[in-house]
Amino acid sequence: MSLALLLEWTIKSVVIFGIILGGFAYLTLFERRVLARMQTRIGPNRAGPWGLLQPVADGIKLIFNEELIPAQADKVLFLLAPVITVVPALIILAVIPLGPEVTLFGRSYYLGLASNVNVGVLYILAVASIAVYGIVIAGWASGNKYALMGGVRSTAQMVSYELALALALVGPIMLAGSMSIDAIIEGQRQLVWYFLVQPLGFVIFLIAMVAEINRSPFDMPEAEQELVAGYHAEYSGMKFALFFMAEYGKMIAVSFIAATIFLGGYLGPFLDRWPLLGPIYLFIKVVALLFLIVWLRATFPRFRYDQLMAFGWKVMLPLGLLNVVITGVFIVLVGG
Amino acid sequence: MTIDLVLFFGLALISVVAAIAMIASRSAVYSALFLVLNFLTVATLYLLLNAAFIAVVQITVYAGAIMVLFLFVIMLLGTERESIGGGIRWQMPLAIVLGLALAGELAYVLLRTDIVQGPMADLSTEFGSPASIGRVLFSEYLVPFEVTSILLLVAMIGAIVITRKQRREGK
Repeated sequence: MSLALLLEWTIKSVVIFGIILGGFAYLTLFERRVLARMQTRIGPNRAGPWGLLQPVADGIKLIFNEELIPAQADKVLFLLAPVITVVPALIILAVIPLGPEVTLFGRSYYLGLASNVNVGVLYILAVASIAVYGIVIAGWASGNKYALMGGVRSTAQMVSYELALALALVGPIMLAGSMSIDAIIEGQRQLVWYFLVQPLGFVIFLIAMVAEINRSPFDMPEAEQELVAGYHAEYSGMKFALFFMAEYGKMIAVSFIAATIFLGGYLGPFLDRWPLLGPIYLFIKVVALLFLIVWLRATFPRFRYDQLMAFGWKVMLPLGLLNVVITGVFIVLVGG
Repeated sequence: MTIDLVLFFGLALISVVAAIAMIASRSAVYSALFLVLNFLTVATLYLLLNAAFIAVVQITVYAGAIMVLFLFVIMLLGTERESIGGGIRWQMPLAIVLGLALAGELAYVLLRTDIVQGPMADLSTEFGSPASIGRVLFSEYLVPFEVTSILLLVAMIGAIVITRKQRREGK
């Protein structure tokens, strides 16, 4: 492996981390501003122009917060849990390409880290499936019954909705005939964006992804009225900030995944002439999906817990299976 | 090659230490988490062998699904700290005898056959890809595959039936 190649890979990895970390900071501001507008308020607008320095101010405030460790807590796991929570959010984007091949300074670069691996979709599901550990460990290690309840709830919820999430991804895999993300984008270039031929799969994926990242209206693990603050009730300071970062990082990550698998990823008009438009198209789609997630939060009240489980197992799972069958019949009849 | 060796021994050390810690740990939650660590290192070992599909499936199924349910049950039942002396009395000597027997058999097999046969032939890039695994699974091994799926379905239905019965009696 030559030095230039090593440098290229390092830069790509840093860029992907940067997307999540920088995106996290400004997604918090974006969410607060959008929510405020929807509730006819103004939102944070004092720190810097349009409140652009608000994330910095929040960060500084959190650094100076007192770091508490409850006496009842299991110290090792209590400290480890926030770190474990952040890692999946940071690494899941490795298989998402940010754009097509571009030529810069006489060398062609591929704008993705590992988007051509033949198990790309499975990698996403694998990382999503271990994302629950951080929350469970945090809930257990806090030594607090509300935190434990939040952790246990999140386990049941994330395991249940993972099934629907995986089944929703089977449709695009069948259409593309491959689990590689590159092949799925190529399939969308040749056919149409998959949300047009997979409307049911797209809707199931959207619902399951909101549930998977514990966002409202599926924010059971941190239902304030019932559980104080759920699994992170005992956390403060930078450790709390890490949980916060993980939540928003996951929002960004699932938006990237949905945009890539159902909305054509970096595809868009005039891409062949200007390949550098690719990342811009992807960014627009991701922001649209993030807006949708915030919009959902402003619109819907929280599910009741038994409704949530019944919905996951009795509606989402059968519909996901039905979608797989329909896609199979469709492919056989039309001929792929 | 040397990088592969260093990685292998590092991962092997972590996985063995995690396995021992899983048995030695007194807290059920720690045991479960050490087992997860063990699964993750084994998955990375599969990756070193260019078996990406098996590695990812290992993480999804074992670390992601089965161990999450284990942790769920441990936390739900609140049996985090089971006293070590409370086990079955004849278990320990029996375990030692059986473990020694297994170790002896392993050593015998290792010493008898010539395991070390030099480097393996290069495999095609298609080997172990999801497509080739799927093709073999649904043609050559179709019957075992379907039998396994029915077995799992029956086990699942059985579990549901048992819990429903208990609930009716409780009322």
